[in-house]
Amino acid sequence: MTRLLAIARKEVIQLRRDPRSLVMGFVVPAFLTLMFGYVMNFDVKHLPLGVIDQDRTMTSRDLVSAYASSGYFVVTERLERTEDVEPMLQRGTVRMVLVIPPGFAAGHDRQLQILVDGGDANTAAIAMNYANAITAAWAGRTTHDARRTVTVVPQTRVWYNEELKSSNMVVPGLIAVIMMIIAAMLTALTVAREWERGTMEQLAATPVHPVEVIIGKLVPYFVIGLFDVAVAIFIGLTVFKVPFRGNPVILLGTTSLFLLGALGLGIFISAAIKNQLLATQVAMLATYLPSLLLSGLMFDIASMPRALAAITTIVPARYFIVVLRGVFLKGVGPAVLWPQALGMLLFAVIGLSLAVRAFRKEIG
Amino acid sequence: MAVNSRRLWELIRKEFRQMFRDPRSARMIFLSPIVQLLLFGYAVNTDVRNAKTLVVDYDATATSRELVQTFAASGYFQIVGYGHRPADLARALDRGDVVLGLEIPRGFAADIAAGRPAQVQVLVDGTSSNTATVAQGYATQIIGQFRRADGRTGGQTGGRADAIDLRARAWYNPNLVSRVYNVPGVIGTIVMLMGLLLTALAIVREREIGTLEQLMVSPLSPAELILGKCLPVVAVCFIDLMMITVVAMLWFHIPLIGSFGLLLFASTFYILSGLGLGLLISTVSNTQQEAFMSMFFFFLPAIILSGFMYPVENMPIVVQYATLANPIRHYLVIVRGIFLKGAGLEVLAPQIAVLAFMGVTVLWIAASRLRKTTA
Repeated sequence: MTRLLAIARKEVIQLRRDPRSLVMGFVVPAFLTLMFGYVMNFDVKHLPLGVIDQDRTMTSRDLVSAYASSGYFVVTERLERTEDVEPMLQRGTVRMVLVIPPGFAAGHDRQLQILVDGGDANTAAIAMNYANAITAAWAGRTTHDARRTVTVVPQTRVWYNEELKSSNMVVPGLIAVIMMIIAAMLTALTVAREWERGTMEQLAATPVHPVEVIIGKLVPYFVIGLFDVAVAIFIGLTVFKVPFRGNPVILLGTTSLFLLGALGLGIFISAAIKNQLLATQVAMLATYLPSLLLSGLMFDIASMPRALAAITTIVPARYFIVVLRGVFLKGVGPAVLWPQALGMLLFAVIGLSLAVRAFRKEIG
Repeated sequence: MAVNSRRLWELIRKEFRQMFRDPRSARMIFLSPIVQLLLFGYAVNTDVRNAKTLVVDYDATATSRELVQTFAASGYFQIVGYGHRPADLARALDRGDVVLGLEIPRGFAADIAAGRPAQVQVLVDGTSSNTATVAQGYATQIIGQFRRADGRTGGQTGGRADAIDLRARAWYNPNLVSRVYNVPGVIGTIVMLMGLLLTALAIVREREIGTLEQLMVSPLSPAELILGKCLPVVAVCFIDLMMITVVAMLWFHIPLIGSFGLLLFASTFYILSGLGLGLLISTVSNTQQEAFMSMFFFFLPAIILSGFMYPVENMPIVVQYATLANPIRHYLVIVRGIFLKGAGLEVLAPQIAVLAFMGVTVLWIAASRLRKTTA
């Protein structure tokens, strides 16, 4: 126990002397939470809209103002002819154009046209949905018999994220991504550093058991990791106003499992590669891209091809993100989250035993 | 600025040999673009297709089944199960088994037959806000168009003359496939990555192992040294660019509507700015480790703030202004403009001008700094 503490103390001293690791451990996570939280945003708001109003009546102006007051569109251009549309869309000065034909108010021609810049498919799909909804609502308000043409009225309710805010989806999940990067990057350096500086031989000559070394090295990073999670949660709750509906104890337990796995993975990479530069690069590749792209953070796993979806089952962040969203947004407990918790337990066990094995082989 | 073409050529040959001799750097040049292309082509996908749907049909009539059938046939929804109680739906949503629940109340068919407006409930799991928004929109449209009294479905006209008929058309990407937008963007990230890696890491490595000093005591002039280091990287960037373009067109069937020549022209300036940034990083880093960290801290935010995956127009205003300093952002407008919209020089001139300015300035600053350290 004293040996273990001595290793931990040594690690803290080394860490204190390395300003870059300190920044990585204490500043970068908060910065990343803020940046990603603001930037990873698919909410369509204030999309520049062009209007070709060939009707020029009260009615057509009323329709246009229904679009403008929705908050989803801003009327930035008023065009005369359809020929003007193409250059506008090409330059991106407008992303959607609403064409109101002559005789619209009089009822001679009720065909509205919407032209969308489909390049960004996602924004386009959402904008088209909004256009449909706005037009239908406007028609329901203005033409008294419009209701009768619709047979079925949908009543839509959204659960868990009632306002459909991107930040509610992203910020809880971000905790997993940031933890993965930080934990693996920080620890990736520790063993490789010992090798490069030649202190590994000294460590091997002491009566310390490899398991003690690993645990001793883990403790400081584990504490830093928990601190980072606390900061990220604080930012999520205060800055982004993400709801927290679940049980904090479940969050603490699963976070600990995830951290242990990620730290173990970092130590394994570091012990197996022995070179700080290469270890950082491998740690980056093994953690950053998969946890960002293959974890379901932004891009649904369900819509990936099967082979790729199969790969995501070995991305630990995938499980943690389900837990985080479950705890933050859905307020669900162990009854729902136990498969994920099991996956993370497995990750922690594998990560740590890989670390111990790689380490033992080197010292032995 | 004395440039002897024979000395320069020898240096370029040496650089190429060095680049391809190391299997790791050769893999990076030829394999990583393909891997990234496949990853972004397949994983970065915001299309909503086959959203998992649970149906709770209390009505259980031919009409209600017809509505369910319409959902399934749309391609946007995949009916994965049927529930019998409200609790089934709540459980499925809690567990994340489905993203959408369709609840058809008793009396649904009777209401329609009697000409009363019938109601159905749609429950959406909002945790994936983007999927939820799109799926909700599709569901509303399908339901709103179901058995309309005027006999109109979809965009067909007919029936009552005063019913509004909204026809939406998406230009450039009529089927709204997100891949068409994302894959050309990979060119932007790969070319920048190569420009940074091959200059920053390579120069710092040479400094670490001492071969940079050897080059400096050789009769090479500073201009020759810089040109000799840069030209091979430019060549590799162009090779990668063409490789990605070919794979994008043949494998992912991404159309290239605009002019490839214009793409190459604009890319030259972009490559120069990537090179310049790489050189700049090499002048402030002593070890490869430092160079990699600096690159990491520049490249990641630059990608995130480029509009590559997350639209710039959704970012906070202050951040949007900050992105104007990001060469990747301008280049993505160019690449996507040429690939999807067939945009020409008259449309893309502002972006190309900005890139030209950035490329020349950064390269000039880097070269003068580098000359100072080498002289």
